Amino acid sequence: MQQTSAAASARLSRRGRGRSIAMRLKNDWLLYALLLPVLTWYLIFCYAPMGGLVLAFKKYSVRLGIWGSPWVGLANFEKMFRDRDLMRALRNTVIFGLGGIAVSMPCEIGLALMLNELRMKRVRKLVQTTVTFPHFISWVVLSGIMINLFSSTGVFSYIVQGLGFSYRNPLTATSGYRWFIWISAVWKEVGWGSIIYLAAITGINPDMYEAAELDGASRLQQMRHVTLPAIRGTICIMLILAVGQLLTNGRFDQIFNTYSSPVYAVADTMDTYIFRESFTTGGMNFGYSTAIGVVKSVFGLMMIVTANRIVTATGEQGLL
Amino acid sequence: MAKRTKKYHVGRKSTLDIVIAVVLGVMTLAAVFPFYQVVLLSFADMTSYARHPLYLLPYCFDLTGYKTIFEDPMFFTSLGVTVFITLAGTTLNMLLSVLGAYVLSRKYLVGRKLFLNLIIFTMLFHGGLIPTYLVVRDLKLVNTVWAMILPCGISTYYLIIMKNYFMSLPDSLLEAARLDGANEFQILTWVVLPISVPFMATFILFYAVERWNEWYLANLYINKAALYPLQTYLRNVLISMSNTLNDIAKQFMQGHARVNSTAVQMATIVVATVPILCVYPFVQRHFVKGVMVGGIKE
Repeated sequence: MQQTSAAASARLSRRGRGRSIAMRLKNDWLLYALLLPVLTWYLIFCYAPMGGLVLAFKKYSVRLGIWGSPWVGLANFEKMFRDRDLMRALRNTVIFGLGGIAVSMPCEIGLALMLNELRMKRVRKLVQTTVTFPHFISWVVLSGIMINLFSSTGVFSYIVQGLGFSYRNPLTATSGYRWFIWISAVWKEVGWGSIIYLAAITGINPDMYEAAELDGASRLQQMRHVTLPAIRGTICIMLILAVGQLLTNGRFDQIFNTYSSPVYAVADTMDTYIFRESFTTGGMNFGYSTAIGVVKSVFGLMMIVTANRIVTATGEQGLL
Repeated sequence: MAKRTKKYHVGRKSTLDIVIAVVLGVMTLAAVFPFYQVVLLSFADMTSYARHPLYLLPYCFDLTGYKTIFEDPMFFTSLGVTVFITLAGTTLNMLLSVLGAYVLSRKYLVGRKLFLNLIIFTMLFHGGLIPTYLVVRDLKLVNTVWAMILPCGISTYYLIIMKNYFMSLPDSLLEAARLDGANEFQILTWVVLPISVPFMATFILFYAVERWNEWYLANLYINKAALYPLQTYLRNVLISMSNTLNDIAKQFMQGHARVNSTAVQMATIVVATVPILCVYPFVQRHFVKGVMVGGIKE
């Protein structure tokens, strides 16, 4: 039986739709069996929670459970507009997101360009290996390091005060916290983020540089007129992807591990707000938290689909 | 590309090269410095820490920080939890991802497109924090080690990259095995996996690092100290110690009133980071390839 099935699927792989669907289903039963655990996982951990989204229209009660809790219509959604902390969190999320893109992307592209100009392969490898390392360390560890570095007894305070300025810890000052988040994110991810641009640069045809050189272009000019235009597609895709993920990529780990009540006004994002109010300080009804999550997910989906439309409309390869 | 290096005008080359060398040099130093200081401070005792606020050189070699951690039974408990999560979690991750990726790489499978779309959709839309929490709670996983393993069973992104990789393998190879009478599972284990060892190793390491760094699920689902993973233990030692002392940190410090608390914190960081540092060279060798094979494009 197995033998015939194997031979049959071999023929099918060559001829495609040569046979009836019933026949193909029967032949590939083993593949379905192998896929079963994977689909089960997706059903339980990805699709079952989507069913729980009905909570957005309910007032959750632990005693009654998801299905028994009373319906409240759109009350949870109406409440959002009156929730000042939520509006603050939404604003912070967008600011963190847009600012993060503006700070990170130029650094990543710049690093890729500079690494590409390094001629000594060993040095290039060494630099790349070193700056990419922090990507693999958790924000828990890195926050611990940074709390120590930036504290009033840490290295930075010592240097700044040594130069005669007064020092304010950016982790606890509303004026410095956002910059701390943006810059520390660059520090952690710049190496990792530059890989995709380096990969794009590697794919550029060397003849282009030779032609540019014959025309007398300096290396800086080659960078600007050959390399950058050649990786424009990659840059566009990464930019649009990042904008599309503005709401969903919440920087939760980074902010949750470094913020504190003095900086909530500039630090609290949608993710930290929902988490804190639902679990840590308690008090928020799960129905309301779910409603916020729904709005976030729906907007996130719309944004990423729109982003993909824009990418494909510009003639670049889309993501979906 | 190598041959074009000789032809530049000398003047321009050197200015640009110097700028690049300086910038990259600063970036490299910036990446290393925090870790360098962590290692130095982990060996500092009270007096040398007080005497050298900058602490840029190894002024002191004191092992009290490390001794303090190794005398704490909670450290070993959490280390054990993390080792278990990493081993069991990575095994589950690889099992599910390889199976899913291989099956979905078979173009002749009826319904393949549907399954793929179902899977990709989860990258774009998900139930969110509370509904997921309730599912995990209803499965009675809260306060069990499985709450830190099962919810992150598959990284869809990695699964898609693996699928693309399997699709890039030459068909003739699999065809030959099929004609010899091997079934799909045998083809996967005897033909596909043996030729994919370096590729698989990359993903094993990616997954392992993620499981090792696990703290989020513990933060959400675990409130029993005996089940805290290493990162949560570390978080308590690091963050709570610095801000408001919580119970664990208080207990911790009561026993060690005269120990340099910074050294203890830094020593904990070193211990939690060294395993990643050990596997990093192996990950690093392949990650560029891993990223490049990727792309969610069908």
